[in-house]
Amino acid sequence: MLNKMLFVTLLSVAYLLVSNTVYASPVETFEFNNEVTKVRFQALSKELRCPKCQNQNLADSNSPIAEDLRRELYELLQQGKADSEIIDFMVARYGEFVLYRPRVSSVTYILWFGPILLIFIGVIVVIVILRKKPVSQAALALNTEQQEKLKQLLADSADESSNPASPSAAPLTSAIKEKE
Amino acid sequence: MNKIIRFLPLILVIALGVVLYRGLSLNPQDMPSALVGKTIPEFSLSTLNDINKVVTKADLAGDIVLLNVWATWCPTCKYEHPYLLDIATDPKLKAQVKLYGLNYKDERMAAMQWLSNYKDPYQFSIFDETGTLGLDLGVFGAPETFVIDHHGIIRKRFAGAIDIRVWRREFEPLIKQLIIEKQQGI
Repeated sequence: MLNKMLFVTLLSVAYLLVSNTVYASPVETFEFNNEVTKVRFQALSKELRCPKCQNQNLADSNSPIAEDLRRELYELLQQGKADSEIIDFMVARYGEFVLYRPRVSSVTYILWFGPILLIFIGVIVVIVILRKKPVSQAALALNTEQQEKLKQLLADSADESSNPASPSAAPLTSAIKEKE
Repeated sequence: MNKIIRFLPLILVIALGVVLYRGLSLNPQDMPSALVGKTIPEFSLSTLNDINKVVTKADLAGDIVLLNVWATWCPTCKYEHPYLLDIATDPKLKAQVKLYGLNYKDERMAAMQWLSNYKDPYQFSIFDETGTLGLDLGVFGAPETFVIDHHGIIRKRFAGAIDIRVWRREFEPLIKQLIIEKQQGI
């Protein structure tokens, strides 16, 4: 049992080590006559999206259409086409959709500039909140009308406590008297 | 003003909910084709039934065309097959609309067998073994159906199976419009 677990662990560690160095290649192999084309192939197949399995790029997908498009990409590279020409070729057939990095156009403005706009709005909100001044002492102070009312209330309660007939004050005064 | 700000998060959450809820019912395969409004790409391929007969773009010209991408490896194609037969034999449509097949990345024998088993609704099927025409048309699966007008311009691409509901919703209005356009010589 322990041996088995050890084996599995070793296997997964080995897998991690290997998978970092080897290009996760599709089933077919392509031969490139120079390193630059190979790198371009890898970069483009990661930039281009598989039209069928929509959350995968061409490099990841094993669907038949991704296979075809990889082959087409290879052919185009072998013909010496520039990256922009290849991208135009794909867009002409499958639409802007195939680009994982959409081009800036009136349709994609919201994608490109939406986040910046949101950050901008956020900054404005923060600034507005921060600039809101704390409530000052002056604002808390009572105005003259309120002062008058307060005085009136205090005066009333003073009258009541001096009058023993007042029910609320009575128990207190009697208690004091008893103590005396 | 303060009250509005207090409810702003709630309003935002509701708006987000509406957007996401709508997303649930969208079909991700339902993409506008990059080729709508463009002419059919050039091609030169043999027909399915006759290896020596070469057809080109010119063979599709002049009529209102339904180009149906199909293959024997595609189970959904089998589902839509009876409806294609209906379309092909519909007395009203037959005179106005031509149905062609694009046999996409298939084996010739298997495809011919399929048509003899289930009847052939197509005027002819273009045999695209390597998927080159499919690629130029932006096909990424089967079944797909293109509507091409009498000028050879692609007017619609539909990915998925055609049945009576889909036909009524997606195709019938466009076909009617194209028939009128053709009659008026637009």
